[in-house]
Amino acid sequence: MAEGPVLLDATLARSWMLAMASAVDREREQLTALDSAIGDGDHGANLQRGFRAVAESAPDRATAGAVLTGSGMTLISTVGGASGPLYGSAFRAMGKALGDAPADAEQLGAALAAGLAAVQGLGGAQPGDKTMVDAWTPAVGAFGAAAAEGLASAARAAAEAAEQGAGDTVPLRARKGRASYLGERSVGHQDPGATSTALLFRALAEVVAG
Amino acid sequence: MKKLINSPDDVVADALAGIAAAHPGLSVDAKERVITRAAQTRVGKVALVSGGGSGHEPLHGGFVGPGMLDAACPGEVFTSPVPGQMLAAARVVEAGAGVVFVVKNYTGDVLNFRMAAELAEDEGLAVETVLVDDDVAVQDSTWTAGRRGTGATLFVEKIAGAAAERGASLTEVAALGRRVNAASRSFAVALTSCTTPAAGRPGFDLPEDEIEVGVGIHGEPGRSREKIRPAREIVASAMAAILADRPMEPGDEVIVLVNGLGGTPLLELYIVFGEVASLLAARGVRIARSLVGDYVTSLDMAGVSISLCRADAELLALWDAPVNTPALRWGV
Repeated sequence: MAEGPVLLDATLARSWMLAMASAVDREREQLTALDSAIGDGDHGANLQRGFRAVAESAPDRATAGAVLTGSGMTLISTVGGASGPLYGSAFRAMGKALGDAPADAEQLGAALAAGLAAVQGLGGAQPGDKTMVDAWTPAVGAFGAAAAEGLASAARAAAEAAEQGAGDTVPLRARKGRASYLGERSVGHQDPGATSTALLFRALAEVVAG
Repeated sequence: MKKLINSPDDVVADALAGIAAAHPGLSVDAKERVITRAAQTRVGKVALVSGGGSGHEPLHGGFVGPGMLDAACPGEVFTSPVPGQMLAAARVVEAGAGVVFVVKNYTGDVLNFRMAAELAEDEGLAVETVLVDDDVAVQDSTWTAGRRGTGATLFVEKIAGAAAERGASLTEVAALGRRVNAASRSFAVALTSCTTPAAGRPGFDLPEDEIEVGVGIHGEPGRSREKIRPAREIVASAMAAILADRPMEPGDEVIVLVNGLGGTPLLELYIVFGEVASLLAARGVRIARSLVGDYVTSLDMAGVSISLCRADAELLALWDAPVNTPALRWGV
């Protein structure tokens, strides 16, 4: 018997966005520190601005799909940088994939895959490029593999895979984004985008936990 | 780190208020975060829109005015603006001949401007994008996001802006901008890091006797860290990188920009310019036009970027054309 909720509805989607906003508030300094090492140190501040705006607008949406699509538009219009369009497009793609009905684990898994496809379509990153794709890819894979066990199990597996994927970016040499300018000097640092993606999947796991 | 700010969250808004108050030739939309010329675009003139993170002043807002940009979109500090800003700017300055976006090649700027271009085209506006990627410190484009846009942005905005003012078409202005970019190369060296208002401390630690070689304009660390040396040797290695990438022949004419990154005395910039001039003279390359000062900055970073643009008679004539902006003004 699966634990926790069976479907992701508008209420749970809103909780996910609020949990992500809290996580970004909590981890802002860590994201800033990671981004200072291999970027320009603004990832925490930019995401905080965006997800605070998302948290303020999330209550207005009636379906899970609308919560995510609307959150994507808010991120695109508030974050800037590369992460605004990338997260924004991912959320819009997920929202469109969900449509108007509450989603079961299989449907949410397909939506997450659509989110990853949007990130890769826009940014062109492949796994191993030391970007958020390195957390998204294993998370989407783990979610799909565990979808038959229900939302809570799938989300927990995805969160663990995303955190593993973010940690696994440490030895990689960046090939996309601002860190790529460092060449070999990007090696030895965890990618901030992969780290914030891990926060996103952990937030999902928290709100659908049984 | 001490800063002349009211609050880290308000730096862009407060600076925009100051820009509006200081420059009656500009119109500042504080809500949309768009800087335009106070006068409307002449009907039939191609409109030039640029933008990028704040912290590089006078780029881009200081280059808005007759002969250069029609609009600039400032993002948060070191963060690209959002698509809505560029769309709002394009709507205001478009005058029937289309819009050229001048975009520095950073992933964030590229993605946000691409979204803005799609939205503008959906509204029926004709948009061309000129990507500036002049920084030779980023070498291997298959391993990176490609070369960064730095000092050559000024060359592109000035020369393409002059062409638009003369009535060139959308295609012509964009092609000219791309030609200027292709003829330009830059290299930068930092003596210190810089401090964003949000972080409040330097982006990286640089020991007293070391420099970052090949830095960009966002406080991101460079490609290598070296001991401080005399200006002559630092300039020689920067020029070697530029000239290895874009060889110059005896008799070539260049526009030279020796650009301060925000925290370097003009006295030192002139020392650098003198070294650049000696090296070019030794190769028989003629400095046709020159610019020394803080134009594309990185907040309070001490350091310098050197930009060269190989210029033919057409580019020099457009460079010399009248320009009347807060940061660049001649011939008026």
